[in-house]
Amino acid sequence: MSMYVEMIRIRFLMMLAYRTNYYSGILIYSINIGAYYFLWQAIYGAQDSIQGLSVTQMTTYIAVAWMARAFYFNNIDREISQEIQEGKVAVEMIRPYSYLGVKTMQGLGEGIFRLLFFSVPGMVVIWLVLPLEFTSNVSTWLLFALSLLFAFIVNTQLNLITGILTFFLLYNTGLIRAKRVVIDLFSGLLLPISFYPLWAQQVMAFLPFQSISYIPSMIFTEGFEGSEIYVALATQLFWSILLFIPIQLMWMLAKKRLIVQGG
Amino acid sequence: MFYISIFFRYASQYMKTRMSYRSDLVVEIVSDLLFQAVNLIFILVVFSHTNLLAGWSREEIIFIYGFFLVPYAIFSSFFNIWDFNERYIVKGEMDRVLTRPIHSLFQIIIERMELESLFGVITGVAIMFYAGSQLGLPFMWYHPFVFLLMVSGGALIYAGIFISLASISFWSDSKTDILPMMYNIGNYGRYPVDIYNQVIRFVLTWILPFAFVGVYPAAFFLQRSEWYTYAFLTPVMGIIFLSIAILLWNEGVKRYRGAGN
Repeated sequence: MSMYVEMIRIRFLMMLAYRTNYYSGILIYSINIGAYYFLWQAIYGAQDSIQGLSVTQMTTYIAVAWMARAFYFNNIDREISQEIQEGKVAVEMIRPYSYLGVKTMQGLGEGIFRLLFFSVPGMVVIWLVLPLEFTSNVSTWLLFALSLLFAFIVNTQLNLITGILTFFLLYNTGLIRAKRVVIDLFSGLLLPISFYPLWAQQVMAFLPFQSISYIPSMIFTEGFEGSEIYVALATQLFWSILLFIPIQLMWMLAKKRLIVQGG
Repeated sequence: MFYISIFFRYASQYMKTRMSYRSDLVVEIVSDLLFQAVNLIFILVVFSHTNLLAGWSREEIIFIYGFFLVPYAIFSSFFNIWDFNERYIVKGEMDRVLTRPIHSLFQIIIERMELESLFGVITGVAIMFYAGSQLGLPFMWYHPFVFLLMVSGGALIYAGIFISLASISFWSDSKTDILPMMYNIGNYGRYPVDIYNQVIRFVLTWILPFAFVGVYPAAFFLQRSEWYTYAFLTPVMGIIFLSIAILLWNEGVKRYRGAGN
């Protein structure tokens, strides 16, 4: 166990070494959120609310969604894919730890780093410039934190699946890119799911993606109320557990048909 | 001539490697289409909740998006340098590039090209024709020429910005994620700049002039005469930004000392 904590720490320190990254990151995320802010102001025009979200809630939603992304987003799919192609994965497999566990911990180290050095200062910058509403309700913050953790789990699981697929496809950049696009759209990062036409919402209800961005952002902006929050958290829990199954199955199959392409 | 023949050799070599992982090529083209669809869906969903965006209709916004796709496709086929720092500076690949008897930037461009992204030209033109016919836009004999001029301008602006950013790696050899993040900012040039506040509008026009890749040139075809001056500045901006980028690049290469290996 302490070994995995060490993995988090090492990745965290690695991120800390690249200092220009977070100054530029905060700046670019702020510009990004600022542009969305004006876009949504224009979209709302004279309307007070769309789909039950006021314009302030909406812009807060976007800001929180992007800042949350800094925590759950990681490139472990690309890393796994590269290690498989370079043949490094064979060495990793004989080491006395779970390869997928290590990758997850590295992703977590990266996430914690970006959350502390990126999202938090970024939020302060944005909060100073734009009239966003951050709730003072402590329980909302706690529920948000919990749902953000689930968001990380679900997103990381999807990344693991995409990464492992390299074993079967040999070359995987297309799929990794496709997955990223699908997650941006279906997770509710760009648009709250409630803005989509009903049939699309019904389809998305059967997919794991809204656990990644829509649920945490809705909890934070208090777009979900009462029991809705618990249903949402239960959905996230459900996907976090369910996605373990394909990962384990694929990993077992992958070990059997390991083809070292190089290295 | 020498450069052209090298280009074609690399292109044919490229085709061969891509063809050996055919299924991935298909997935990659599909993922490009998906990416284009995502942005269209965004526009469609947004306009199911509003009729006008700062006085621009849904079809006009779709037309601007269709236009944007064309220079963007050309840019992403040939200027795939978003991981320049990691690949060439940190791993020391730049040393190899500099030993070749052709310009280092050209070498990197042909090494990293992704010709399949050119499919975006087709989708972009198709979207423009669709939106244009919905709007009843007239089609003149000179439009294709103006279009080519503006598309090249837009692609050069994109190239200029990203080459300049990549050149920064020569001065600071630490790893940065600026380039991938910059891709998002490029998207804001697709929306009418009048929706933004003065500062963002200024940035999108003169500092990171992404507005010249989308809304300004498209405004010409949409007959929004108030933007004509900006529209015709597009090729000028393209040349200026590319020149700055090449100057920066050449300066940077002089300072390069080799960080890897």
